[in-house]
Amino acid sequence: MSKPFAVLLPLPEILHHHSAPARFRLSLRHGAALLGLLLLVSVAANAADAPAQAGVFTVLARWTPLLLSGFALNILISVMSMSVGTILGAFLGLALISPNRVLSAPAWGVTQFFRNAPWLVLLFFMIFLLPYHMQIGPFTFTAPDWVKAVIGLALPVMANVAEIVRGGVQSIPNGQWEASESLGFTRRQQLWQIILPQALRRMIPPWMNLYAILTTSTTLASIVGVNDVVTLAAQVLSAEGSRPDLLAPIYGYVLVMFFIYIYPIAWATRRLETKYQVRN
Amino acid sequence: MDLIAGWFSHLNDTTGINFTVFYDAFDRARFLNGFLVTLELCGVTITGSVLMGILGAWGQGARSWLIRVLVQFYIQMFRNTPPLVQVYFFYFGLSALLPKVTDNLGMQHPLIGGFIWASISLICFAGAFNVEIFRSGIEAIPNSTREAAEALGYTRLQTYIHIVLPLALRICMPALTNNLVNLIKTTPLAYAIAVPELLYVSNQIWSDDENVPEMMLLLFIIYIGLVGILVFAMHRWERALRVPGLGR
Repeated sequence: MSKPFAVLLPLPEILHHHSAPARFRLSLRHGAALLGLLLLVSVAANAADAPAQAGVFTVLARWTPLLLSGFALNILISVMSMSVGTILGAFLGLALISPNRVLSAPAWGVTQFFRNAPWLVLLFFMIFLLPYHMQIGPFTFTAPDWVKAVIGLALPVMANVAEIVRGGVQSIPNGQWEASESLGFTRRQQLWQIILPQALRRMIPPWMNLYAILTTSTTLASIVGVNDVVTLAAQVLSAEGSRPDLLAPIYGYVLVMFFIYIYPIAWATRRLETKYQVRN
Repeated sequence: MDLIAGWFSHLNDTTGINFTVFYDAFDRARFLNGFLVTLELCGVTITGSVLMGILGAWGQGARSWLIRVLVQFYIQMFRNTPPLVQVYFFYFGLSALLPKVTDNLGMQHPLIGGFIWASISLICFAGAFNVEIFRSGIEAIPNSTREAAEALGYTRLQTYIHIVLPLALRICMPALTNNLVNLIKTTPLAYAIAVPELLYVSNQIWSDDENVPEMMLLLFIIYIGLVGILVFAMHRWERALRVPGLGR
């Protein structure tokens, strides 16, 4: 409004103008400041050390491989529950937008239930109620805790993916449905050839956002006894003689790990969001 | 009350479906306590995180470079790390750096207890999301509105409090509801630092009575009920606050 000539710029340039501040805002400084905070806490802890004890950085360096292996399990859990949840959620989402009430009503119920139940409670539910040995037909499965955690986390992901699918489809203007109908497409053809290809693009940013949330939630698995990075951090602490000065640096270190992994995802999500923004 | 207790006791005797919280006075008392703690935690964190969001959104538009950087750092830090590790970082890490207090029995206690640490970390966690939500609402306010306020002699703070915030609140209401629902679903995290909230007492009860499925069912019903109440209230509020012509 204040720049009447902005309309005369070519579209890509306007987009560039609009998204530039959001895109590059302070990304490196956060990391630097975060590291600074860690250093500060570590140095403060270091200063409080008795000379006989190993320094904070020595301890962190010594346990980094172990902590990273725990972190890898977190990533594995997140990738697996995301895959399972996305596949199930895609079907659930398609059921949600079905014109058939028999299909959409139960799908709505399932979606609401798993979206509104706390993740931790769902996780407890799965850990306690899934049997360790499962006999399906002639096959016997053994489910260690982390597999149960994958299933427990996949359920809320499923419900959220279903909502994303529904939202994406609904964001496509009605005219698209009507136009394709007048061209003689059947409903299935409309959905698969006209609507979903357009909707898919808009579903990607919220889907990535969901993945970021899921990755942070994988730490919940430590509460139910999976040996993920948080459990290992606690074990590292006791291995080092439960020194109180190590608590903040080690948990801070875990925070930094997650930040380094998730921040690029969040950043890419923001970029895609501005790119695919619905313009009217 | 006796009728309900009798029925659930009968249910246990005949089918083995064991809802101890309805007929056992001890279990009922601790379950109710846990429920109250959860309610308190929800109330405190919802209020705190909304205030945090308002403060942060103001800080994001501040003239000072330092405040803006700090707010950005805070948002990215808390949005991109696991809330559980945040709770641990606060409860174990920062708590260890604070002095301990000695009570009159000579026992050493941490200066700040689990409930307060859980509240603080959940407020920081949800507050970071609220800042972004409020910012999106504030950005949706046309500049001309702000200029009109300036022309009428409002200062920057007055414009924010009397003009921008009330309008932005109405715009970002749906997103805010969403985040507060998320916050309620995150409160069971306090379990991890032994705050006696709903999940914690349920865990105690199912350890004693071995009735995991029943307690789980109750937990689901209660949390979905809490979320339902919040969503209902926020929708009512949203409709009550509606200004014709704003938004759509």
